Amino acid sequence: MSTSSEAVETAAPSAAPAREGERGTRLTLRAAVLGRPGAPVLHDVGLDVAPGEILAVVGPSGCGKSTLLRTLAGLLSPLAGAAEQDGRPLTGPSADRALVFQEDALLPWRTLRGNVKLPLAISGVPRPERRARAESWLGRVGLSAQAGQLPHRVSGGQRQRAQLARALADSPRVVLMDEPFGALDAQTRSGMQDLLVEVLRGTGATVVFVTHDVDEALFLGDRVALLSAGRVAAVRDVPRPRDRGALDDPARVTLRRAVLSSLGT
Amino acid sequence: MTPRPLARYALRVASLAAALGLWQLLTGLDVDLWLHFSQFPTVTDVAGAFAERLTGTDYWTDLTDSLTRILTGFALAAVLGVATGVLVARSRLAEDLLGPVLEVIRPIPAIALVPVAILLFPSNEQGIVFITCTAAFFPVLVSTRHAVRALTPAWEEAVRTLGGGRLRILGSVVLPGALPGIFGGLSVGIGVSWICVISAEMISGQYGVGYRTWQDYTVVNYPGVFVGMVTIGVLGWVTSTAVEVLGRRLTRWLPRTSYTPGGRPRTPVPRVAAPVGVRAGSDPENQAEAQHQGHDDTEQEARDEHLV
Repeated sequence: MSTSSEAVETAAPSAAPAREGERGTRLTLRAAVLGRPGAPVLHDVGLDVAPGEILAVVGPSGCGKSTLLRTLAGLLSPLAGAAEQDGRPLTGPSADRALVFQEDALLPWRTLRGNVKLPLAISGVPRPERRARAESWLGRVGLSAQAGQLPHRVSGGQRQRAQLARALADSPRVVLMDEPFGALDAQTRSGMQDLLVEVLRGTGATVVFVTHDVDEALFLGDRVALLSAGRVAAVRDVPRPRDRGALDDPARVTLRRAVLSSLGT
Repeated sequence: MTPRPLARYALRVASLAAALGLWQLLTGLDVDLWLHFSQFPTVTDVAGAFAERLTGTDYWTDLTDSLTRILTGFALAAVLGVATGVLVARSRLAEDLLGPVLEVIRPIPAIALVPVAILLFPSNEQGIVFITCTAAFFPVLVSTRHAVRALTPAWEEAVRTLGGGRLRILGSVVLPGALPGIFGGLSVGIGVSWICVISAEMISGQYGVGYRTWQDYTVVNYPGVFVGMVTIGVLGWVTSTAVEVLGRRLTRWLPRTSYTPGGRPRTPVPRVAAPVGVRAGSDPENQAEAQHQGHDDTEQEARDEHLV
């Protein structure tokens, strides 16, 4: 692990975020120790996620990616240091920071539409408007025809689309994604990545996307944070534009190699 | 081959008829081997007594009295059992405060609480409801507690990160998610309730199917005893079926396995995996889906269906 010199911790991203949103919000972790009480997983975490940025977080299984995300969601408190949104400490979960899970987190007794309506019901959107907004989001993720289906009646890819629609339905300013496509096959996965980029466009949301797939991270992230051995090993800018064909671009190949070597694989 | 519904009903009726036939045979022929059937009333004796009872008013009073008692006790037990179960499963304080008391009372058979009921309640009626309620309370409590503890954590975390508070989690996650388990407890509870309402009526009731059955026994009216027993059986069957049906209706969202006991899978539609990227034109499901989608997403959709 000779990567500490590459770390650009807490530095603002040099690449201008593609989707500058005036309603953007900034997430900051400062010298944070993360984990469950008595069981710290990540130490000395410094991260600054700029408004509208997509930060991809990569690392091997069990390196604390989910812990990082749960802390940003407000489900866990930092054991030391600070976790802040726009300079204010995070206190518990909030509808402003939606979380998309890897596993099925849709409520199985609600239809896809019912699941997407849930955040709208929680935030007190009037009943007739709820349905219209849910339908519109389901349309954007290509699930109009399955709106009335129960989650277990549709495919895994469709369930993840529904989760995405549910997370975005109430216009959160932060979207946290915990290996959302981890259980999908390669084809479905790349389709979902394209869909995600498309759906996020114009929302101005700040996104933290956790994955163990380096290529997914390089495709989606404006920057990539590498977790290794309980620390943030490095944060790298990813050259734009976002283009799947650019995989054999020399700069990209070099970056990919550097990322993989930082992760010790 | 899966039997048709009609055939299955016929089978069930035949099973009951065979049991009655055997009863009639053994009692009609006065079989006295190791078991003595000579003193046993025959099916026709019982049927005669039943017909006689049905025309009188006492029978219906007994029936409504017993039903009122059990439904009151059971409804109370359902509400209290679910509430206590959720409380104990969700709050450590409640678990510490209520847990030990509940665990000490739980092993006591509800019918052994008759003296307690007599001491506590001014009227017999309330005592019987109390015993019925206590009997059903524990199965409901225990299954609710287990079901709530076994909830998928992601459901709750999802609702919390969507901004849901405690009440929302209770109403949108805990209660609906625990419902399959709760109904398991209710099914057991209604059965135990019948046992206890009948026993309690035998000991201290005025009117009621249990009271009548015991009265008939004390005056050596055996056909009457059997009328009582048949009535209890039928009422128990009807009420537990009602609980089952309600439970199945409320938990229709549960994923069902394709396995049907003794039969073939319900949908014999062949699901052949189409090669990736090739439009699966022959599959009616995908065709319908393609028509709904109607744009570039279609191909992706078809792939989703087959690969995932």
